[in-house]
Amino acid sequence: MTDPIAPAIELKGISKAFGPVQANKDISIRVMPGTIHGIIGENGAGKSTLMSILYGFYKADAGEVWINGRKTEIPDSQAAIAAGIGMVFQHFKLVQNFTVLENVILGAEDGPMLGTSLARARGELRALAEEYELSVDPDQLIENLSVGHQQRVEILKALYRKADILILDEPTGVLTPAEADHLFRILDNLRAEGKTIVLITHKLREIMEITDTVSVMRRGEMTATVKTAETSPEQLAELMVGRKVLLRVDKVPARPGDAVLRVENLRHVDSHGVERLKGISLEVRAGEILGIAGVAGNGQSELLEVLGGYADATGTVRVNGKEIALSGPGSDGGARRACGIAHVPEDRQTEGLIMAYTAWENTVFGYHRDPRYQSGVLMNNALIREEAQDKMTRYDVRPPNPQLAARNFSGGNQQKIVLAREIERDPDILLIGQPTRGVDIGAIEFIHQEIVRLRDKGKAILLVSVELDEIFSLSDRIAVMFDGRIMGERLPDETDQTELGLLMAGVTGDPSGDPIKAVEASLEDKAAREAASHD
Amino acid sequence: MDFATLLQVLDSTVRLATPLLLACLAGLFSERSGIVDIGLEGKMLAAAFASAAIAAVTGSVWLGLLAGVVASTLMSGIHGLASITFRGNQLISGVAINFLASGLTVLIAQDWFGQGGRTPSLMGSGRFEPITLPFAQALSGVPVIGPIYAELISGHSILVYVAFLMVPLSWFVLYRTRFGLRLRAVGEAPEAVDTAGVSVVGLRYAAIVICGVLCGLAGAYLATGLQAGFVREMTAGRGYIALAALIFAKWRPWYALFACLLFGLLQAVALRFQNIDLGGITIPVQVMDALPYILTVIILAGFVGKAIPPRASGEPYQKER
Repeated sequence: MTDPIAPAIELKGISKAFGPVQANKDISIRVMPGTIHGIIGENGAGKSTLMSILYGFYKADAGEVWINGRKTEIPDSQAAIAAGIGMVFQHFKLVQNFTVLENVILGAEDGPMLGTSLARARGELRALAEEYELSVDPDQLIENLSVGHQQRVEILKALYRKADILILDEPTGVLTPAEADHLFRILDNLRAEGKTIVLITHKLREIMEITDTVSVMRRGEMTATVKTAETSPEQLAELMVGRKVLLRVDKVPARPGDAVLRVENLRHVDSHGVERLKGISLEVRAGEILGIAGVAGNGQSELLEVLGGYADATGTVRVNGKEIALSGPGSDGGARRACGIAHVPEDRQTEGLIMAYTAWENTVFGYHRDPRYQSGVLMNNALIREEAQDKMTRYDVRPPNPQLAARNFSGGNQQKIVLAREIERDPDILLIGQPTRGVDIGAIEFIHQEIVRLRDKGKAILLVSVELDEIFSLSDRIAVMFDGRIMGERLPDETDQTELGLLMAGVTGDPSGDPIKAVEASLEDKAAREAASHD
Repeated sequence: MDFATLLQVLDSTVRLATPLLLACLAGLFSERSGIVDIGLEGKMLAAAFASAAIAAVTGSVWLGLLAGVVASTLMSGIHGLASITFRGNQLISGVAINFLASGLTVLIAQDWFGQGGRTPSLMGSGRFEPITLPFAQALSGVPVIGPIYAELISGHSILVYVAFLMVPLSWFVLYRTRFGLRLRAVGEAPEAVDTAGVSVVGLRYAAIVICGVLCGLAGAYLATGLQAGFVREMTAGRGYIALAALIFAKWRPWYALFACLLFGLLQAVALRFQNIDLGGITIPVQVMDALPYILTVIILAGFVGKAIPPRASGEPYQKER
């Protein structure tokens, strides 16, 4: 006796607190069957908590969950699966050294022996692959698959368990543009088959591109639910942040000067003996931002590590015309800072900050040998604290309390602490990796403005980001990295996402036929090569 | 070395490899589920004592075996409680088990039997007797095959055969059953098991119990099969050699068989020949004793392929926020 138009999911008054933090406050939402419903919000807005409640990871403090018009208790994942809910987590829940087939049947086996389960799953997978463009080799090990294919396995897992409701948490964060397009085609097919999809994301463009309805969350509350066709990115951004946000970075054209950083034929071999940088050459001029685009894991991190002074390499690097050491004495982080290179690392929690230390201590790390901070054999902590307070105010770190441990700040505020430390030293060159990863929209705006301001002061900036939007809006020139090489350089005005996407996937020249196919072929190539190099 | 001596060394290899193999498979189940078990030694010791004590008191080796398995499984339970339920450090818990067993066995033995921390010598039905396989007598006249069958294959106690049958059985359970699939998964990616709606805690406790039972068999064999009674520290590092064998075997049942046979052979050779004279150079017995560890270090250093432990081993599982 179900109402034919009952919502697939209806949440009524869901609340959930973790200690003093109210992650979800009285949230109600209706998701209609056969639609794609977006949930958008900043980091920490409570999107993931809400979905975890729906998938039985947490128990809500208050509120009800209704599935297909029936009140449903979801105490654990088992119950969620039974209710027809499948979840694709941001970090895949796959067993790396199992085959695709084994991962799909895990927990959904037919009986105590595996033989029959595997045979049935093989047939079913083939049918699903044809129906939804979800082809993967069932006998391949997960660790040999590209990220895009791993994600397909997650979707297959849910479909194999007969899920009618599919929740995807930040699904495109790790995908190339072409892979993301393919994912959206899959989601389209699923919607056409009457499946209900909940898409959690912080990317406005994805919401506008594929969803039917969108709900906005801010600080644990559901601030609005609107039809996608009747809204705009600007309106959504405002709903997310609670004030008007500048989505485009305001900047004047660059006036580049002389080359400050010149890199030639840079090579780096990692501890597993795999060559991560295969002859990188580039230059960054004073007063410009060179953006390095690429899918994560193609050598960008290693490039920053080498230039930042904590990985050895061969080749030549010149700073202001003077060659610097790439291994042995004089090649450490301290030497780099001494010659005017500042570094905001990709992973601020392990490389940028010491999380257990206070904010004021964190504002001097790396520069703590500066004679100014010494008083006799001791450190002049009073001065450091005073300067920290000043920096935190100017960089709008909230709360502006230097005594707080770094881990108690949100991602955006942690990043501002790192930025303040590095920029305030007035470097000639700023290396900056993933400046806004895990940072909320309001702070993104601020960080972007700071980077542009530094450029306008005539500094050379090397920006590494996996967010193409960020690369486009900040860079004066864009270099694309793939598999340890620079695939090409473009000017932001003379290229587009599609062209960069192809370069990011290692496709150069004019691919005849289907560009998506070419991308996939090239990615599989890379996965196979990596698998071979691990043996 | 003549054929008869060779057979004797190999025969003794089989006997010495048996406790190693049982303990190694015990560790395999535990570590495949993600629980590092350095307490194999302690569990074997507890089982050795319990089995010898009960067998001495009741005169029944089967009751002794049962007592050994129970004692070892209880120890396993403590390890499980500490490392699964309370998410403690698995190494510390394992070391504690070893100390606990080492002290308790001697203390109870002294209090109970008053023989300086040993149990009375076991006789008759208090021990596992060798089993003569069918036709052993009849075939012993056949050259080569006859003696091999009669000396090497026949004439061991039941636990030896159980240990060797455990190898294909373990392989089958791990790679052909639902339980095995889930067990391997929980040691690699517990979050995948959890989101698939299967209990991580349940699986790990199941593995811990299997580990306890196998260690119990190993310990009981030491005290009631290989020797006749319990003496203090009678495991003599076999739990650690079993761990070494587990790494050597890359956490696989068939490889474990060969690793344990190899380490058993080293022990047998050391026992039989003491110092080996290689025309001028004398290899002291200590070198043979140390070889299992040296070989394991070489394996770990990556000279002979790679030994990659289960990814989640040693880490308590906690749902992420």
